[in-house]
Amino acid sequence: MTRKQKRLSVIAGGLAFLGAATGLTFYALGQKASYFYMPADLTTASVQPGQRIRLGGLVEKGTIQRGQGATVAFSVTDTHKSVKVTYTGILPDLFREEQGVITEGTFGPDGVFVADSVLAKHDERYMPKEVADGLKAKGVWQESKSD
Amino acid sequence: MVETGHFALVLAFALSLVQTIVPLFGARLNNQRLMAVGGPVAVTGFALTALSFAALASAYASSDFSLANVWENSHSLQPMIYKITGTWGNHEGSMLLWVLILTFFGALVAAFGSNLPATLRANVLAVQGAIGAAFFLFILATSNPFIRLNPAPIEGRDLNPVLQDLGLAIHPPLLYLGYVGFSICFSFSVAALIEGRIDASWARWVRPWTLVAWMFLTGGIAMGSYWAYYELGWGGFWFWDPVENASFMPWLAGTALLHSAIVMEKRSALKIWTLLLAILTFSLSLLGTFLVRSGVLTSVHAFATDPTRGVFILCILTLFIGGSLALFALRASRLTAGGLFHPISREGALVLNNLFLTTATATVLVGTLYPLALEALTGDKISVGAPFFDLTFGPLMLPLLAIVPFGPLLAWKRGDVIAASQRLMAAFALALGAVLVTGLFVDGASVFAALGIGLAVWLVAGALTDLAVKSGVGSVAPSVMFRRFAGLPRSVFGTALAHLGLGLTLLGIVATLSFGTEKILTMRAGETVELSGHTLRFVGLYPTQGPNYSEDRGRFELIGVSGSPVGEISSAKRFFPVRQTTTTESGIKTLGLSQLYISLGDENKDGSVVVRLWWKPLVTLIWGGGLVMMAGAAMSLMDRRLRVGAPSRRRKQASTAAPVALP
Repeated sequence: MTRKQKRLSVIAGGLAFLGAATGLTFYALGQKASYFYMPADLTTASVQPGQRIRLGGLVEKGTIQRGQGATVAFSVTDTHKSVKVTYTGILPDLFREEQGVITEGTFGPDGVFVADSVLAKHDERYMPKEVADGLKAKGVWQESKSD
Repeated sequence: MVETGHFALVLAFALSLVQTIVPLFGARLNNQRLMAVGGPVAVTGFALTALSFAALASAYASSDFSLANVWENSHSLQPMIYKITGTWGNHEGSMLLWVLILTFFGALVAAFGSNLPATLRANVLAVQGAIGAAFFLFILATSNPFIRLNPAPIEGRDLNPVLQDLGLAIHPPLLYLGYVGFSICFSFSVAALIEGRIDASWARWVRPWTLVAWMFLTGGIAMGSYWAYYELGWGGFWFWDPVENASFMPWLAGTALLHSAIVMEKRSALKIWTLLLAILTFSLSLLGTFLVRSGVLTSVHAFATDPTRGVFILCILTLFIGGSLALFALRASRLTAGGLFHPISREGALVLNNLFLTTATATVLVGTLYPLALEALTGDKISVGAPFFDLTFGPLMLPLLAIVPFGPLLAWKRGDVIAASQRLMAAFALALGAVLVTGLFVDGASVFAALGIGLAVWLVAGALTDLAVKSGVGSVAPSVMFRRFAGLPRSVFGTALAHLGLGLTLLGIVATLSFGTEKILTMRAGETVELSGHTLRFVGLYPTQGPNYSEDRGRFELIGVSGSPVGEISSAKRFFPVRQTTTTESGIKTLGLSQLYISLGDENKDGSVVVRLWWKPLVTLIWGGGLVMMAGAAMSLMDRRLRVGAPSRRRKQASTAAPVALP
C-alpha cells in the first residue's frame, strides 16, 4: 500500500468506528431511555405492560399500605387521576404522604405499577423537578409553604 | 473579619483583571516589565482569595448568623468539623473554594514557572487571570457569601443533613483540585495558540499539570462514589447520575490527554490533537460546573436554583469554550504537524487509546445532555440511566481495557505485536485460568462474570508483566534484574501502578455486580438472618441522642461459626429536627476486601423493622483501585524527567534501566 492508501484506510477505520459508536448511541437512546409520565398522561400515552417508564406525582393521602414483609403499596396521583403502585424495599427517607415522588418500573398485566426504584429527591420543597413541572402544567401547583 | 474577607474578594477580582490585561499586552509588545507583572499579581490574588476564604470559614466556625450564608447552612449545635466543612457545603462557599483553587494553581505557575519562556508564562497567567475574573464576577454578582442579615437571627437553619459527614471534608476539595487543575492545561493551550508556537518542551510543561489534576480528580471521583455508597443507603456505588457524569467526563478526557501528552513529549507528534484535548478537558470541567451549579439538574449537589446564576455560568461557558475553540480554528493550522509513525507502535496504541476514550466521553456527554435537550425542545421528559450506558459505554470500554497491557510493551515508532504477545503469554494464561475457575467453580457465575474477572486479572497481570519485562525477568541474572528494577524510571512504575489500579477497580466492580447478594425482609429483635454464609442477629432498636439529631440505632451482631457473636454492625435512622429531615446511616462491616452492608427501613406497627442487607464481595477494591491509580500518578510526578531543568542524570538512568522499551 502506498502511504496515501495507508492514511486513507486509517481514516476510514476511524470513521467506521465513530459511525458504529454513534449508531449504537442512538439505538440505545431509543431503546433504553425511560419516559416520564404523570398519572393523567397515561390515558393518552400508550404504555405497554413491561415497558419501563418513570411515573411521578404526589403520594396520595391515606393510601400507604404496609403489607406483608417489605412490600408497600401506595397511590401516586396528580389530583386528576391516580395509579396504584407496589414496591418491595426500603422507601427513601423523604417519602411521605402528599409529597412528590418518582417511581421507576413497569406496569403489570393487572394495571398495577410495579416499581423497582422509588425516588424522593433532596430538594428544598421535597418536590422532584419533573413532578413540580408536571403539576404546574396541570394547574394544580401550589407554591408550598416556604419555611 | 467578614468585611475584610468581602473586601479581599473584591480586590482579588480587580487584581485578576490586571493579571489578564497587563501580561497579555506585555507578551504582545515583548515588554519584559509588563510581562513580569503577572507573577506577583497572581500570588497576591491567591493570598487575597485565601484571606477571603478564611474569613468565611471563621464566620462558619464561630456561627456568625449575621451572615445570610452561615444562617442558611449552619447551626450552633453542629460538631465543629461540620461547621467548618459547611463553608463549602453550599453554593456560594463552594464557588469560593473553586476560585481559591484556581488562584492557587495560578500562583503555582507564577512560583515555579521561572524557567518557562517569558512570553508563554505571561500568556498562561493572563488566561488563568481571565478565568479567575469571570468567576470572581460571578461570585460577587450572583453568589456573594458575604451578605449580612439585619437583625441577625439567633439560630441557623442547619447544614443539609446528608452533607453532615466526613465525606464533605474530602470529596469537594479533591474534586475541585482535579476540575480546576485542568485549567492550567487549558491556559497553556490557549497561550500556545496566542503565540502560534508549540513544541515538545510545551508538552513537558503540560504533562505534570495534567498528572496533578488527573490524580486529584481520580481521588475526588472515588471518594464521591464511596460517600454516595455509604451515605445514601442504597448500596450502589455509581448511579450514572448526571452530576456523577459531569465529573466523569473530564476524567475520561483527562485520561486521554494524559496519554496523548506522552506522545507529544516523546515523539513531537499529535501536537494539535493534544492541544485540542486540553481545551476540551477543561471545557468539560466548566460544563460540569454549569450542570451542577446552575440548577438545571436536581440533586444533592444543586443547593439552590436561581435562574440568573445558570444564565451567568452559561455565558462564562460560552465565552471560554467558544473563544478557545475559535482561536483554535484560526491558529491551529499555523502549528507544525508532528512526526509520522507506524500504526503498530507505542504511538499507535496511544492513538487507539485516545480514539476509544474520546468516543466514550462523547457517549457519556450525549447520555447526559440528551434528556435536557429533549425536554427543552419537545417537553418530553426522559431519564437515561444505567441501561443506556451499559449498552454504549460498556462496549467501548471492554476492547480498550483488553488492549491496555499491550501499550507499554510496544516500542516507539515501530512496534512488534508478536513479541509483545509472547511476553504477555503468562498474563494471558493467568487471565484464562481466572475465567475457567470463575466459570466452573463459582456458583451462579454467568459467562459475563467469568469474562469480566478474566479481563480484570489480565489488566493486573499485564501491568506486572510490564515491570517484569523491563527489569529483564528470565533473561538476566537476578542481581542484574534487581538493579534494573530499582533503576526503572519512576514513570514506568507510574504507568504500571495506574493500569494495575484500573484492573483492581474492574475486579471490584465485576465481583460486586456478579456475586453480590441482597435480601429485603422484616426483622424483630432476636431474629437471625443468613446471607452468603454470614449469620446476622438483630439485637434491637436503641434510641440515642446526637448533638443536633436524634436517632433510632438498629444493632446487629455477626454470629461466628461457634454461635457466639464475633462482630457488631449498626445502622440508624437519624432525625434532624431543624430541617425536619430523616437520613439513613448505613451499617457497614468490612471483612477482608468485602463488605456486609445493612440499611435500616421503617418500623412497622407490630414493632418489626424493614431491613435491607447486602453482601458485597471485593467491593473495597473499587475505591482501592482508585487509590492505586492516584499512587501511580504520584509516582510519575516524581520522575526526574518530568522536571524541566534536570536532564543530566536522565540519560545515565535511562541507559542502565530499560533498554527494552525506552528509546
